[in-house]
Amino acid sequence: MPTVVVVGSSVAGVRTVQALRSAGSTDRVVLVGEESELPYDKPPLSKQFLAGSWDTEKIRLLTAEQATELDVELRLGAAAERLDVAGRQLHLADGSALDFDVVVLATGAAARPSPWPVGSGVHVVRTLADARALRADLADDGPVVVVGGGFIGAEVAATAHALGRTVTVVDPLPTPIGRVVGDEVGEHFTALHHRHGVRTCFGTGVESISGAVGDLTVTLTDGTSLPAATVVVGIGAVPNDGWLATSGLLVENGVTCDQHCRAVDSPDVYVVGDLARWYHPGHEEHLRVEHWTNAVDSAVVAAHNIAHPDDLRAHAPVEYVWSDQYDWRIQIVGRPARATRHELVGSLDGDTARGAVLYTDDGGRLRGAVTVNWPKALVTCRRLVSAGAGFADAVAQVGALPPARAAA
Amino acid sequence: MPRLTADHEACQGYGNCITGAPDVYDIDDDGVVVLLKDEIPDSDRARVEEAARSCPVSALAVED
Repeated sequence: MPTVVVVGSSVAGVRTVQALRSAGSTDRVVLVGEESELPYDKPPLSKQFLAGSWDTEKIRLLTAEQATELDVELRLGAAAERLDVAGRQLHLADGSALDFDVVVLATGAAARPSPWPVGSGVHVVRTLADARALRADLADDGPVVVVGGGFIGAEVAATAHALGRTVTVVDPLPTPIGRVVGDEVGEHFTALHHRHGVRTCFGTGVESISGAVGDLTVTLTDGTSLPAATVVVGIGAVPNDGWLATSGLLVENGVTCDQHCRAVDSPDVYVVGDLARWYHPGHEEHLRVEHWTNAVDSAVVAAHNIAHPDDLRAHAPVEYVWSDQYDWRIQIVGRPARATRHELVGSLDGDTARGAVLYTDDGGRLRGAVTVNWPKALVTCRRLVSAGAGFADAVAQVGALPPARAAA
Repeated sequence: MPRLTADHEACQGYGNCITGAPDVYDIDDDGVVVLLKDEIPDSDRARVEEAARSCPVSALAVED
């Protein structure tokens, strides 16, 4: 019986093994994970889990019973150390090796480490262990400084604020979310912090962090000193591709793949999720995307292609990501950052914000959208971006949507 | 035939299900999932299972 080994037990790996069975695969399937934890979902780690409203059971992606039902062998607590593509073997850190016919690489990305090391009290949020440690520190008093004003930083700031902490967010960019939504719309995201009493120091970098948990000092490049009981560093992620350096695969900020999620020149090696830098046939370029939905979608494509090699599918998604910050549900579709012009339908101001920003480029098509507290507009825009709709038509369609009966 | 279920309390309006199976799932004006069918033929099962598993809060299921 052929063996499929899936390396990585986060959402991309788990969805791959589930999708293999849905696609009718009867191969032996082994799921390998570095952490000894049963697979868990990461988006809640900066939100509901961190806030204490969801427990570990609520974020499980796969239980031991479900793995048995799927006839999937779990090898948890087994870090992948080396991939022998020609010899079709995965070598694990415990000295053992797994033979495979097809391997799926799903080792994801890691939090970019803090460049300001101190003994204690400085956190990143990527793994369950990270979130547990931060959750414990957030139960104490004292100010919190979040370094990094992107999505993780903003979500952690919102959660810490909800837990009653005084929060300051620092980022070297004047409008951190502007990287994704453009600076003009990004100003509304900065205002969202301020409306909740969270201070921002944007356009200012961190010079140093000193002290220890409960008594830290964050010194900014403009000389400002911020006292902090807890510091959270959310400055992006880096692909977990170091272990593949000797594999012979093309590794360059992730593993380079074709449109079918196969590593170039190695058709029995599939790559899914944050680790993949794959060729997007719609955009005609290689991309690496760190979104939950992309991990799930690429897992489904890879599993289908493994089970049906005579009917290969391409992975060509419209980008989609969400973020929950304070009283905003933010949903982003397509590529707003590549746009030249945008239009707002509804409002992003005040306590009852509900709006959609639609983006276009010089070609006159809808290229992306950012919605706040308006899932119906998001779904509409997602469909319109997929269909290549014209911008004016899209603005009219979203403008014609009925108002919500109740605030989202 | 496989039966579809939706947890309307859990649904957060993320909308992934609609991209995967727009003939089965929709969303109402308040952002809550709507089932367009109660049952699906076995031939649709793999596709609808993937759409259900694309829900970030596990609000959807395909049951026997």
